[in-house]
Amino acid sequence: MKETIIIAGFGGQGVLSMGKILAYSGIMQDLEVTWMPSYGPEMRGGTANVTVIISDKRISSPISDSYDTAIVLNQQSMDKFESKVKPGGVLIYDTNGITQPPTRTDIEIYTIDAAAESARMGQAKMFNTMILGGYLSVKPIVEMEYVMQGLKKSLPERAWKFLPQNEAAIKHGAQIIKQVQ
Amino acid sequence: MADREVKLMKGNEVIAHAAVRCGCDGYFGYPITPQSEVMETLMELKPWETTGMVVLQAESEVSSINMVYGGAATGKKVMTSSSSPGVSLMSEGLSYLAACELPCLVVNCQRGGPGLGTIQPSQGDYFQACKGGGHGDYHLIVLAPASVQEMYDFVELGFDLAFKYRIPSMLLADGAIGQMMEKVVLSPQKPRRSDEQIVQECGSWAAHGKGGRKQRNIVTSLFMQPDELEEVNNHLQAKYRQIEAAEVRYEEFMCDDAEYVLVAFGLSARICSATVEMAREEGIKLGLLRPITLYPYPYEPLKKMAERGVKGFMSVELNTGQMIEDVRLAVEGQTPVAHYGRTGGIIFNPESVLEALKNNLLK
Repeated sequence: MKETIIIAGFGGQGVLSMGKILAYSGIMQDLEVTWMPSYGPEMRGGTANVTVIISDKRISSPISDSYDTAIVLNQQSMDKFESKVKPGGVLIYDTNGITQPPTRTDIEIYTIDAAAESARMGQAKMFNTMILGGYLSVKPIVEMEYVMQGLKKSLPERAWKFLPQNEAAIKHGAQIIKQVQ
Repeated sequence: MADREVKLMKGNEVIAHAAVRCGCDGYFGYPITPQSEVMETLMELKPWETTGMVVLQAESEVSSINMVYGGAATGKKVMTSSSSPGVSLMSEGLSYLAACELPCLVVNCQRGGPGLGTIQPSQGDYFQACKGGGHGDYHLIVLAPASVQEMYDFVELGFDLAFKYRIPSMLLADGAIGQMMEKVVLSPQKPRRSDEQIVQECGSWAAHGKGGRKQRNIVTSLFMQPDELEEVNNHLQAKYRQIEAAEVRYEEFMCDDAEYVLVAFGLSARICSATVEMAREEGIKLGLLRPITLYPYPYEPLKKMAERGVKGFMSVELNTGQMIEDVRLAVEGQTPVAHYGRTGGIIFNPESVLEALKNNLLK
C-alpha cells in the first residue's frame, strides 16, 4: 500500500495540520510517512500545500508530481492540481470558493461542504478535521483507532480539550462527503 | 513501539533534539530561512534548564562561528547551524577552526544561490563544503543526510568524528530535508561531559585552564616561520589521508548488476532511488550510489564500478554540476559521466531524472 496525497488551499485553513494529523496517524499504525510542505514564495503569497505519503514500505522519493488523491480547498489549487491526479485517482474539493469545478472524467470526484457545515455548527476551526474525516471515509488507509491517536499526538497538550470536538468532526465529515462522479 | 520514542518531526527540529540528547554543550546561531526551526526548537526545549547546554542567538553568523571557535578551543562540544549565505559568512571562521584542529559541528541547510538567491532548497554549496569555502588547504568532514532520521543520527556522528580527528564536521542538508517531516526514533538522553572528562579527553590541546601543568595549551593558526607552517600543513594532510582511508561512507542501491549508475546525495538520492525503481520496471539496469560522506568521497567504489564495465554514470544534483567533478575523478576517464540538475529552488522528480538519463546516456 502506498498513498500519495496533496492537500492544497489557503494559509490558515489548516492544510498543513491536516497533513500532520494524517501523517501521525500513519506512524501510530506503524506505517512509513513523509510530510513535505510548500514553504517558499507560494506560502508567502497566501496559498499552502503539503504532500503526504503513507506506505507500508520504505518511502523512496518524498517528492512527487502525480497524486493518488488531491484534496483541493481553493480555485488556485484546483487549477494547479486537478491535472496531477493519477488516472483512476481521487479528487476531493470543498465547493466553497470553487468557481470552476473539475472537468476530468477519468478520476473519482467528491465534494464536501465542510466550510459551510463547520460555520453552520459554529465550529469553523473544525473545518480541516471534517475534510480529513471525509477523505478517510473514501480512502480508509489508516484505521480510525490510529487516527484518533494521531490527532492527539499532533496537537499540543493545551489543545487536548478540543479532542472530542475534532473526533466528532472527523466522523461528521465521513457523513457529508458526496461522490459526484 | 512503546519502548521506543517515535516522533513525527521536521529535519530542522530533530537537529535541536539530537544536539541536546547527545550532550552538546553549546549552540550559537543566527536565524535564516530555511533552518530557523533549529534555534526555535532549542529555545522551546530550554536545555539550559535540564542539561545545562547554552543556547545563544548571536548578532551575526560571523559572531556565531567565532563563538563556536571559542567554545571548541576549550574542548566543549559546540555547534552552529545556518543556510547558504550565512555559511558564506562563516567561511573565515571555518578555515581557522580547521587550522587549529578544533572539533565542532556546523549544519548547512542549503538554499538556492548564488547571492541571496532563494529560500527554496538547493545543493549548490557542494564545492563550498567539500573543496574549501574558506582559505588554505583544509577539509571538513562532510556528512549528507537523506532522511529526517539521518538528520538526527548524523549530529552525534558528526561530533564523534570531529572529536576523533580534531576537525570541524559539517552536516550538509538542504531546505527540503529541513522542512520535511518524517518518522524519527529519538535516542536516550546522554549527560554532558564533566570538566574532568574534558580534561581527560582534550587536556593535551584544549585551553581549559592550565591546572597543574607547566606549559599552557595555545590554540592558534598563526605560524610566521615558513618551516613551521609547512609542518602544520603536512600534519593536517597526514590526518586527511587517515580520514580518507578510514571514514568513507556510502550506500549502494541495486548496483550489483547495474549497467548505468546514478550518483546522488541527500534529497536527490531519495528521488533517484524512485527513478531506479521506475527504470527497473522498464528493464533498464540502473543503480544508485549515494555518498554519505561527501568528504571523504567514495572514489573507490565508483572506480571499481567503472572497471567492471558500468556503461555510464549520471551525477544528479540540485545545482549546475559540482559533484560530477568527483565522479569524473573517480572513474578516471574510463566511462562517460553526465550531469542532471535543476536550480532556483526547483526540485526534479523521479520521472524527469529518468528522462534525463535516457537523453544523456541511453540514446
